[in-house]
Amino acid sequence: MGRTGYRYLAAAVAGCLAAGAVALPAAAAEDSNFVPLFTYRTGPFSGSGIPIANGMRDYLEMLNQRDGGIGGAKIAIEECETGYDTKKGLECYEAVKGKNPVMINPWSTGITLPLIPKAKVDKIPVLSMAYGLSASALGDTFPWVFNPPNTYWDGLSMIIRYIGEQEGGLDKLKGKKLGYIYLDAGFGKEPIPMFEQFAKDLGFELKLYPVAATDMQNQSSQWLGVRRDRPDYMVMYGWGALNPTAIKEAVRINYPMAKFISIWWPSEDDAKSAGDGAKGFKELNWHGVGTDFPVIKDIQKLVVDKGLSQVAKDKVGEVLYNRGVYNSMLIAEAIRNAQKLTGKKAVTGEDVRRGLETIDLTPARLKELGMEGFTDPLKLTCSDHNGHGATFMQEWNGEKYVKVSGPLKPMTDKVEPLVQSAAKDYAEKNTGWPKRTEVCDKAS
Amino acid sequence: MTILYAIFVDPFVQMAGAPDLLVQALWDGLVSGVLYALIALGFVLIFKASGVFNFAQGIMVVFAALTLVGLHEKGVPAFLALALTVAVMFVLAVGVERVVLRPLVNQPDIILFIATFGLTYFLIGFGELIFGGNPKAMITDQLFLPRGVVDVPMLGGMVSFQKIDIAAAIIASLMVAGLAVFFQNTRIGRALRAVADSHKAALSVGISLNQIWVIVWFAAGLVALAAGIMWGARSEVSFALEIIALKALPVLVLGGLTSVPGAIIGGLIIGVGEKLGEFYWGPLVGGGIESWLAYFIALAVLLVRPQGLFGEKIIERI
Amino acid sequence: MLYRETGQFKTTYAADMAVFPLRQDRIGLAVILAAALTLPFVAGEYMLSAVMIPLLIFALATIGLNLLVGYTGLLSLGTAGFMGVGAYACYKLTTFFPDVNIVVWILVSGFFSAGVGALFGLPSLRIKGFYLAVATLAAQFFLQWCFTRIPWLYNNNISGAIEVPGRTLFGEFVTGPNASAEMRYLVVLAVVALLTWIASNLVHGRIGRSWMAVRDMDIAAELIGIRLLPTKLLAFAVSSFYCGVAGALMVFLWYGSAEPEVFSINQSFLILFMVIIGGLGSLIGSFFGAALIYVLPIALKAVPPLFGLSIAAATVEHMTFMIVGALIIGFLIAEPHGLARLWQTGKQKLRTWPFPY
Repeated sequence: MGRTGYRYLAAAVAGCLAAGAVALPAAAAEDSNFVPLFTYRTGPFSGSGIPIANGMRDYLEMLNQRDGGIGGAKIAIEECETGYDTKKGLECYEAVKGKNPVMINPWSTGITLPLIPKAKVDKIPVLSMAYGLSASALGDTFPWVFNPPNTYWDGLSMIIRYIGEQEGGLDKLKGKKLGYIYLDAGFGKEPIPMFEQFAKDLGFELKLYPVAATDMQNQSSQWLGVRRDRPDYMVMYGWGALNPTAIKEAVRINYPMAKFISIWWPSEDDAKSAGDGAKGFKELNWHGVGTDFPVIKDIQKLVVDKGLSQVAKDKVGEVLYNRGVYNSMLIAEAIRNAQKLTGKKAVTGEDVRRGLETIDLTPARLKELGMEGFTDPLKLTCSDHNGHGATFMQEWNGEKYVKVSGPLKPMTDKVEPLVQSAAKDYAEKNTGWPKRTEVCDKAS
Repeated sequence: MTILYAIFVDPFVQMAGAPDLLVQALWDGLVSGVLYALIALGFVLIFKASGVFNFAQGIMVVFAALTLVGLHEKGVPAFLALALTVAVMFVLAVGVERVVLRPLVNQPDIILFIATFGLTYFLIGFGELIFGGNPKAMITDQLFLPRGVVDVPMLGGMVSFQKIDIAAAIIASLMVAGLAVFFQNTRIGRALRAVADSHKAALSVGISLNQIWVIVWFAAGLVALAAGIMWGARSEVSFALEIIALKALPVLVLGGLTSVPGAIIGGLIIGVGEKLGEFYWGPLVGGGIESWLAYFIALAVLLVRPQGLFGEKIIERI
Repeated sequence: MLYRETGQFKTTYAADMAVFPLRQDRIGLAVILAAALTLPFVAGEYMLSAVMIPLLIFALATIGLNLLVGYTGLLSLGTAGFMGVGAYACYKLTTFFPDVNIVVWILVSGFFSAGVGALFGLPSLRIKGFYLAVATLAAQFFLQWCFTRIPWLYNNNISGAIEVPGRTLFGEFVTGPNASAEMRYLVVLAVVALLTWIASNLVHGRIGRSWMAVRDMDIAAELIGIRLLPTKLLAFAVSSFYCGVAGALMVFLWYGSAEPEVFSINQSFLILFMVIIGGLGSLIGSFFGAALIYVLPIALKAVPPLFGLSIAAATVEHMTFMIVGALIIGFLIAEPHGLARLWQTGKQKLRTWPFPY
């Protein structure tokens, strides 16, 4: 490479640096609400990230197409790719922070945790839908963080309740053995103290099978342990490639699938790749699957069929896609409430925080949203940022998930003390954690 | 005392108590060992012939499997897709030789090492751009790979052999045997060994280095494809597979960077060692030790033999 | 024309051995430092907290690894693990002794990291090259496992993460959510500048020379009387010290909270990239390398909107991966000795400009 080479190189570098120096153009225009979506369509967790990203985006896009946005203000949607990487997530946060975002949906517990203390300072609410910090369900300690409709602790208590129903009463769990296979990270570890408490109270034995993120696709030793210990039930808290591998391994060792129960993250693809043996696999869910809902039909008609979405047509209505839709519905409701509370069209993060606290999805409201039968009513208040609603169990029948249980309510008496003490612990460890000063709105 | 018992006695009691599980653990270990060995083999081939520590081997596994499945998803029949993937791996080999190796000839090892990092990044972006980032199921049935389990009652229990694992072991052995024959008995194979011994001497007797490099990278690509199909069938084809390829590194140093039999025996040792370790000793410390055990096994061996089990002895002169 | 040493005479040996023998270099350094100090008053918050703070922290870690790889010739892939040791040590220290200033603890936590680094450096006496790299991977994975598995390290936090408490310096918050970007930036800048200055003195002194002797050929170095074990261990310790401080800065002044996943193997690779692209055995190269590898993807993300193109975020990410990969290869082909060598060449050209002959 001679002198000219260097010159090109220098030009290239200069170009890149110049490009970097120019500030990002502001996206927020007149009368629009800026909703940044933190997505991960790349990286090792993209299997879970892509359908969620599609669902979230498509619902908001549908509102833009059908209603011209929310309350007469367009929704400015901007995706920021995090790759499930905390570093990139924080970079995304800094990039959107100055553009008046109405809220942040981090979609990663690792990104949620650093944002929790920042939310109050920057006046941007964080909506970590059924993930993140379970303790943030307490609005009095965490006025800026929301995690409806369930925490991971709720989830575990519902799984235990379900197992109890299957066995004919919680007292029948005595002397049984339960296995817990989980991603060895904050997300999977959070339920353990509660699980241990249950084991003590109900008299069952708990076996732990941690899976390191690096060994998600290499679980034969964990499942060998399952063969040795022969747990009566297996509970799974997995994410990304952990889920399909675990289901395959369970099939391989002939574990009775009907007794293999997961938290709400496995998708259709996760079960499908294990073949017929995966029939009977169960997971919790709180919303409908499939396309037989007016809201999904609208998305299909106005977004997917028009080619405005990145989703493959047959993937609309899958579990994680619909979960994305549900998430965006909460965003939209919060914006709508904020508009009502303030009378403004373009709202700020502060307004939307109030909007989130006044979310009240009554059956009538759900019908208006085209979500009748899609999900249960949900009501958030200033002190309850979660709802702790009921979920149901769904079973994989070889082609799709079907509902196999009635509503499963969380065991509030077990969850509540844990949430309280965790929140207290959090506030104590973060010396100077601010007391709630935000005033409480009456639901409108 | 209880600690000593838990470490030194109890695991063996367990082994004797449930010999079927021991056999199962050994078998599982052997299978993952074979798969580690397949990935390590790709490293060794390239390292021997070009002195490049090819970090991109892991991503080549993903890329090859992704190309195969992605082509099939786009409507190409399975075996045509397989043939096309082989062609893609060849193009990749030629491309790497032209764009990366040739301009960087004679640079220090670490520079070439980092260049393969660049290649890794490029292949990640390229693969995702074309086939999308979502995980895909391996087309096991279409390739006539067996599915299901053979349960063999033995030792008062049951040992289950997954058919795909048996197939993986057979295919891996065939590939290794094929490579051995290729190295020993063909003209190109002899040229490869000559290059491995000395670049300069090989050049002076008229062996084209460029051609040899294309051939080894292509061979490494084929090995990667085989490894990708097998891992993909065990879980799924996604970019998370790349992390598993890191497990090939301890295998590699254990066996010695330049030894093909070393890669295989190293793979088996690591595979079996980490499975037994995790299964019998892991629970003592809360499990999950598989993530680092392999590296410690390799480290322990290296302290005794710094060049690995089968590596060429390092002779240093002033 | 301006950059020329004519007329600057060295009259003492000390002057001859100065790190910056040229007056213009000294002026340049002063200008850069002054610019860095005035940046908080002109740049926006995004520039400070998403670009400059990470950049400086990565530069510090890169310097640390460069001391090991570039100056001593020992390849390590355990950087992120050592950074983690620093971060967790700092967390434990500040929760045990909350009254001691956080900046003190950030610096002290480096010593814990140094100890762990020296321990894992022990095999370096026997194992070399890529074999050693794999041995350091043992440190990486083992340490990451410890961060996950030992609840004491994260004070039994229910999410298994470390949460940074708010701490002050001169009455201003430096950590926690209330810390302003300017304050955090200035603290990071001060720490990085101080440690860079120390590193510069180390590598130009007896210790640095013995490291380089070991790098160039350890047997020969032994023959001229350098004791290999202390030298190599010292390199590991000092390198880990820098990484540890960088890790503590990263969690306390940048992330604000961290899961073990933050210190994953990818981070180690990223920092190794920065070392190589910047230039092995060059302190200024460490800054260039960190800038290129960290800032380039961010800059690339900003390119399409400039031309009014709206490309899906995922596609941009894919393109970024491809371009970064291609650029790494391109840079290595153009200049295998890294950006630092380009800098040298540029300075040489400037010296003779406009009459190169």
